[in-house]
Amino acid sequence: MRSAVVVFPASNCDRDMMVALEKLTGRPPLKVWHGDANFPEVDLIALPGGFSFGDYLRAGAMAARSPVMREVIARAKKGVAVMGICNGFQVLTEAGLLPGALMRNAALKFVCRDVHLKVEESQSAFTNRYAQGQVIRIPVAHHDGNYFADADTLDRLENEGQVVFRYCDEAGNASMDANPNGSQRNIAGILNERGNVLGMMPHPERLIEPALGGSDGRGFFESLVEALH
Amino acid sequence: MKARVHVTLKNGVLDPQGKAIQHALSALGFAGVEDVRQGKVIELELTEADEARARAAVEEMCKKLLANTVIENYAIDLVR
Amino acid sequence: MNKHVKITPEIVAEHGLTAEEYERVKRALGREPNITELGIFSVMWSEHCSYKSSRVWLKKLPTKAPWVIQGPGENAGVIDIGDGLAAIFKMESHNHPSFIEPYQGAATGVGGILRDVFTMGARPIANLNALRFGSPDHPKTRHLVSGVVAGIGGYGNCVGVPTIAGECTFHASYNGNILVNAMTVGLAPTDKIFYSAAAGVGNPVVYVGSKTGRDGIHGATMASAEFSDDSEEKRPTVQVGDPFTEKLLIEACLELMASDAIVAIQDMGAAGLTSSSVEMASKGGVGIELVLDHVPQRETHMTAYEMMLSESQERMLMVLKPGSEAKAEAIFKKWDLDFAVIGRITDSGHLVLRHQGAVVADIPLGPLADDAPVYERPWEPTPPPAEVRAADMPAPASLGAALTTLLGTPDLCSKRWIWEQYDHMVMGDTVIRPGGDAALVRVHGTKKGLAVTTDCTPRYCEADPRAGGAQAVAETWRNITATGATPLAITDCMNFGNPQRPRIMGQFAACIEGMAEACRALDYPVVSGNVSLYNETNGKGVQPTPAIGGVGLLADIDKRATIDLKDDGHVLALVGETQGHLGASLYLREIAGREEGAPPSVDLTAERRNGDFVRQAILQGKIKACHDVADGGVLVAVAEMALAGKRGATLKAAPAGIPAHAYFFGEDQARYVLEIAPADLPALEASATAAGVPFAVIGESGGQALTIGSEPPISLGELRHTHESWLPSYMGAA
Repeated sequence: MRSAVVVFPASNCDRDMMVALEKLTGRPPLKVWHGDANFPEVDLIALPGGFSFGDYLRAGAMAARSPVMREVIARAKKGVAVMGICNGFQVLTEAGLLPGALMRNAALKFVCRDVHLKVEESQSAFTNRYAQGQVIRIPVAHHDGNYFADADTLDRLENEGQVVFRYCDEAGNASMDANPNGSQRNIAGILNERGNVLGMMPHPERLIEPALGGSDGRGFFESLVEALH
Repeated sequence: MKARVHVTLKNGVLDPQGKAIQHALSALGFAGVEDVRQGKVIELELTEADEARARAAVEEMCKKLLANTVIENYAIDLVR
Repeated sequence: MNKHVKITPEIVAEHGLTAEEYERVKRALGREPNITELGIFSVMWSEHCSYKSSRVWLKKLPTKAPWVIQGPGENAGVIDIGDGLAAIFKMESHNHPSFIEPYQGAATGVGGILRDVFTMGARPIANLNALRFGSPDHPKTRHLVSGVVAGIGGYGNCVGVPTIAGECTFHASYNGNILVNAMTVGLAPTDKIFYSAAAGVGNPVVYVGSKTGRDGIHGATMASAEFSDDSEEKRPTVQVGDPFTEKLLIEACLELMASDAIVAIQDMGAAGLTSSSVEMASKGGVGIELVLDHVPQRETHMTAYEMMLSESQERMLMVLKPGSEAKAEAIFKKWDLDFAVIGRITDSGHLVLRHQGAVVADIPLGPLADDAPVYERPWEPTPPPAEVRAADMPAPASLGAALTTLLGTPDLCSKRWIWEQYDHMVMGDTVIRPGGDAALVRVHGTKKGLAVTTDCTPRYCEADPRAGGAQAVAETWRNITATGATPLAITDCMNFGNPQRPRIMGQFAACIEGMAEACRALDYPVVSGNVSLYNETNGKGVQPTPAIGGVGLLADIDKRATIDLKDDGHVLALVGETQGHLGASLYLREIAGREEGAPPSVDLTAERRNGDFVRQAILQGKIKACHDVADGGVLVAVAEMALAGKRGATLKAAPAGIPAHAYFFGEDQARYVLEIAPADLPALEASATAAGVPFAVIGESGGQALTIGSEPPISLGELRHTHESWLPSYMGAA
């Protein structure tokens, strides 16, 4: 599986994503600079976490309009797998590849902690190694992760199986208390209609070995290997 | 010419920052503030002298970058 | 500011120079200075840049060890951690700016210390912070906590360096003068470390980073002036941080450093262009000439005075090898950063500034730097405090009730509300997260880990500065030891009141002596540091606060110990001697409402012996959990282990001869609580006895409550609620 990690100015989880991809797909990913719209064909494009362009104006807004994103959008439309983690999710919504928007956390504070996620869709390229309904533990670290979309969009996402991860408690209940940022319907990650573009606020690349506190993120990368090998 | 762009959240989009400001105002004893919505103001210095063309250009800028029309509205003031 | 302004005694005083110092300026120049020159002298001779009151004392600190590559005097200290890698670290204060504008003050404090570290060629891998706020019921405290924490997070999170450890305490002495001390640890190859001494006559002097504006002018002199109640009007001099630019600056500098273009490099911190150019030239024994017209400027019509005193952030000064300008410029342009050749290295031994075709300053470097004033301020010792006898102290209604109260006090409560606002996992190497003893960050791509911590107990330092200074050093050593790591070196951030008061100067001197003694006894030198004086409001100083940042090395992170209890039915053992010392303890302050007594004595021989025993046992894999005993004593330590492990414990009653509250809440030093599998107990006990280490079995892990002797059990749920809820509910009650 060939992968690429896009680096915007002030991306800061690019290294973490590259480490995880190399470790779990067995092949070092390509590093693609934001000004570079011309990069080799790959099976997966990852937009990493961070504060691209300082999160100035709106999180992800300026990165979404950078040269590399024109190419990412074109390839996504051809069916190439694209995933955006944290700031990458913000970039994908700003770029129009995913519906909705990520707003300031309801508590107005940055939040960094492990949260529990319920796998709501285990048939995707990103989640096939998880069981339907499985509860996994993955960290979040963001200031603008409060997912918003209008009611029709939310209903459509739910009906079409595009809601992939939902914040929940340890027992799998999507309660208010388990929602770290005020996201509507506890949504933590979504797919586009075609199922090849995923955005999520939690960071699976941060929990891939016991030394870091857990391995629940591994399944995410193993799913990709399974789907895209 | 100067353009002043006001970006505000659409009605129906929850504004936690506005809520926090409202709460703080009431804590400071300012009664009668029914709602607070926070937005931003972006000032642009333009070389364009023609008002219609300037407005059209800024309109494009708003749609393409300055506002996220999923959640935000914008309004443009041109100032000579 | 008009360059032809007449220098009056008022203007001299506004620049923080005494009449004597002004005479000294005139002697150095052989004439009257112009206003630009006066401004330059004022910042270079400020306490912040010259260390004029502290320098004679700082010399007493031990700074050498075989693993020390660079001690104090550079941007940061450097130690060898083996395999061709060095850890580079420093702690610095940003107290005054944070009180005036907490978000920006704290944010720029983080930005400044990051620059100190990456200036030397290191990639920053961890941030820490030591925070002291005023009394929780002071009207400003909540606003300051909220702003400082958001500022630290706002900056550190954006640049993508994990904030993994620190401390936060409250005391009324900080009501008008909070302390915000930020520390950064970085990693560099030992053969790629960059220093600040300029060299090579004719070499280009290059400015990179953000443009210069009028922000922060006189920040450095502000940092050396006492606060009065009207200091809130000083707001305009506070700098604004831009972490986005800092992140680009880190990447651009590290990219340039990988090539062979840099002769010397220095960040523009307090007193910006002035201190960086003067320090680089004077360390290199050369001269420097700058053409200010070439300085990238954000505002129009800036004067030489303003440019030299501006504290705009995210800027660096470099001396490049001749001919490497184009290569360097390409890198900075790629990162969208300003790059300008603004001068040359000369052999004049002078700082010469040109602006708009004229020489606007010409100052010999000697008097600005090495020959700046040094004062041996008069000092008087702190009178020894009366001993407090445990038997004279009231016993609590119940040990459980006292424990619950203590765990919910501002100083002992969980600081989760703070560290969850910091990204403590970015970079993917955080092995021990915040909330335990030291945090542990893996050395990327290896099995090694750096254990890092900050500690200080200001109430001890106030009661007995010498013991307090030693204790602060020892506590960092103990916290690092408790993870299994070997403590290697410290950085210090000396926060004190007005050094012109002999009592304050005496606190400073005694703290230094205590620190020096501990550093020597523990083979734990000081490699960098910062002094912040005049921390007082209306003539009343803060508690003396020598914050210590410690760094240690663990060869294999899989051998680490953490504080959480791991299993039921394990033995809990206490290492170290317990006399039940209650003087200057948290129990005394929080339960008995008394701030008095001598702090616990610090027996450095016992400290080392006990710590070496514990570390060895951890590395042998015999310790399931380990926690050092500090604020609040043994019972608090056990409770923290239980809460972290979500598992209770049963403790034996206090031994005969010590009142129960003194035994459980006394703060005797050099102690650890260990969790041990029963099978490992006999061998450990035997080796403790052989090493002369006091070792006592005090209980057993298990259940969902904490039970002491025959007292009713205290439910963990209740303890957790008290422990976790104080800070969020305090901060939520706006």
